[in-house]
Amino acid sequence: MAMKYMDYRPGFSQVDHDDPMHGELMPVNMGPQHPATHGVLRLGMELDGETMATVDADLGFLHRGKEKACEGLGWAKFFPHTDRLDYVQPLINNIGYAISLEKLAKIEIPQRADEIRVLLMEISRIAAHLIYLGTSSIDLGAITMFFNTFKERENIYSILDAYTGHRMNNTYVRIGGVYADVDEKVEGMMREFLDQFPARIDEFEKLLTGNRIWYDRNREVGVLTPDEARAWSLTGPNLRGCGVEWDLRKNEPYSGYETYDFDIPVGTVGDCYDRYMVRVEEMRQSCKIASQALERLAHSKGQDVLAEDRRYVLPPRGKVMDSMEELIHQFKIVTDLRLPKGEAYGAVEAAKGELGFYSVSDGTATPVRMHIRAPGLMNVQAIPLLAEGRLLSDIVAIIGSLDFVMGEVDR
Amino acid sequence: MDMLITIGVIVAKLTCIYGGMVVIAALTTLAERKVSAWIQFRYGPNRVGPWGVLQPLADGVKFIFKEELVPDGANKWLFRLAPAISAMPAMMGVAVIPFAAASPFYQDEGPLAIASLQIDVLYILAFSGLSIYGIILGGWASNSKFSLLGAIRASAQMISYELALILSIMAVVVMTGSFQMNEIANAQGGAIWNWNIFSQPLAFILFLIATFAETNRHPFDFAECEPELVGGFHTEFSSMRFALFFLGEYCAIFVMCCMTVLFFLGGYHVPFMEDAPWFLQVGAMLTKVIALLFLFIWVRWTIPRFRFDQLMDLGWKRFLPLALANLLVTGAIASGVF
Repeated sequence: MAMKYMDYRPGFSQVDHDDPMHGELMPVNMGPQHPATHGVLRLGMELDGETMATVDADLGFLHRGKEKACEGLGWAKFFPHTDRLDYVQPLINNIGYAISLEKLAKIEIPQRADEIRVLLMEISRIAAHLIYLGTSSIDLGAITMFFNTFKERENIYSILDAYTGHRMNNTYVRIGGVYADVDEKVEGMMREFLDQFPARIDEFEKLLTGNRIWYDRNREVGVLTPDEARAWSLTGPNLRGCGVEWDLRKNEPYSGYETYDFDIPVGTVGDCYDRYMVRVEEMRQSCKIASQALERLAHSKGQDVLAEDRRYVLPPRGKVMDSMEELIHQFKIVTDLRLPKGEAYGAVEAAKGELGFYSVSDGTATPVRMHIRAPGLMNVQAIPLLAEGRLLSDIVAIIGSLDFVMGEVDR
Repeated sequence: MDMLITIGVIVAKLTCIYGGMVVIAALTTLAERKVSAWIQFRYGPNRVGPWGVLQPLADGVKFIFKEELVPDGANKWLFRLAPAISAMPAMMGVAVIPFAAASPFYQDEGPLAIASLQIDVLYILAFSGLSIYGIILGGWASNSKFSLLGAIRASAQMISYELALILSIMAVVVMTGSFQMNEIANAQGGAIWNWNIFSQPLAFILFLIATFAETNRHPFDFAECEPELVGGFHTEFSSMRFALFFLGEYCAIFVMCCMTVLFFLGGYHVPFMEDAPWFLQVGAMLTKVIALLFLFIWVRWTIPRFRFDQLMDLGWKRFLPLALANLLVTGAIASGVF
């Protein structure tokens, strides 16, 4: 079993074609335009009846050269591009990138900015998990769940719209903090949402968790052992689903996560059902963290949300409008930000796993290298491992439960 | 003169029953969209006519004017024939469904049905068994792998469910001692507890679930199965051919609902009312059928889909033995063994 991933060669048929038991395999091309492939993933597979003898994931249909774009644009102008990586959780991407640059420049960010970041990350995590829940259930035929989850997600987007001015692609995080403080209205909306959301999760669970069809479709499907998950560098809910308690928020805390009270849900079997349960429980935990962050925000009212380090951090917006020096300063930072020479790796626990940004700077305004460790790419890699030898219908359950967004996979 | 009257009555019955069925099938598509919208916090169609009631008509016009595509490499004849074959069995099946105990037409003996045979039940089962040919031929003739997979699934599904479906009905036939549907319905007249659903609850549940599989309805819609097979057997069909598949499906659902009502829910009888006038009987029948149609739609938009092998498992390992046991016990009781 442990050797399986070593032996695997993409596109190479593992089936013995001369074996008379197999008959002729039928090559089937699934995607890139296919309802269940969540974007532009192409799966080349060979079917033996209804069984998938070989599966091969073909990537790159959404490749936009994001990493290279950073080298061309410079550090500050890359923020909007991070939104477009995993576009169902843009704020987590923003924060991950900012943390990497802050590590590189050794900037201490104010406590209130950290609290706002935690709040935004947990809200985004809920939104991303809602997408997972909706799309994976629509793949298994529970179409109404999709509308249920999108209704909730709509609430989150209204809050983000009120706070950041955008529903998606917020670009609201800056090096050294966040762009602006939260106001009373946004805090009220957040509180209202967080109060009613756990009851909504219970409702979702009533529709799915105890449903015999849902259970049968997910139980023992796409079983991943902890060793395989580690070997394929899976992180996030997919890793936790097989019982490994690994969460960057606990193991390598950032943004002050170590001071929050929350649990890491883990599965036991490592199948699609466990991954589903882990994500549902994570939504509850995210609610808990976000509520704690809201409480802290009430105590730290009026404090700064941007660091005071003027070498790397934008000047306050109000001053830019009044003073010529500050305007020039802002122009310099946006167009010609020079981070100190060196390299840094900043990672956050995104909804889909460890999202890391590896930045290398030579001290000039042009980044030497920006590497993005996208958890979705690792999740896609696990498809052949989980799908081969299973029925064709299981591919939708497996794709749904691995949960990836092609914008991040292809970058 | 008598000849002319007989022909006139037949034409009138054909017009009423076929016209009625097609209108109900068209309205079911509207109901499906309205009910699904209602379940999913949407509005559903509301642009064409008041409350969107003309939407089926608009859809029909749209389908007629769409281009008819035949894929390269498709078997042209079978491809053109398949939708018609798929719509035909339901149309044939409805001919023996009785809508009232006595026909209101002049000089027309027997129940209000286009034809009343000695072996209604066998006739209707035979035709519903044929409905699979449309799907198999459509899937095979399209020259598309996804369509072919859908067709193979549909045929396997049909075999595994038809047995449970028929055996569960046979229990009712044994109880009544007749293959005629109006006799079966008449045996359930009077009080509501005379309905077969109370004497044959297991057969009712098996039959109801098997009708979902028989009509390729969610949660057993593997033949189309949108997430993995795109559209299954009808992936390559367009225009009115595509619409014919759906017309056939909705007509089949209507016929199956009629059968469920006749076999288990008292048929056209108004509860606690012997010898109701014919229009009340038709009303009672349609009310029960519409309630069942609602159930079909409700299930469609609520629960996830089965996997193909799980359905076979259910059909062969659970439903078939249960239906057989039910038939055995019913037969033993009916023949006076106990």
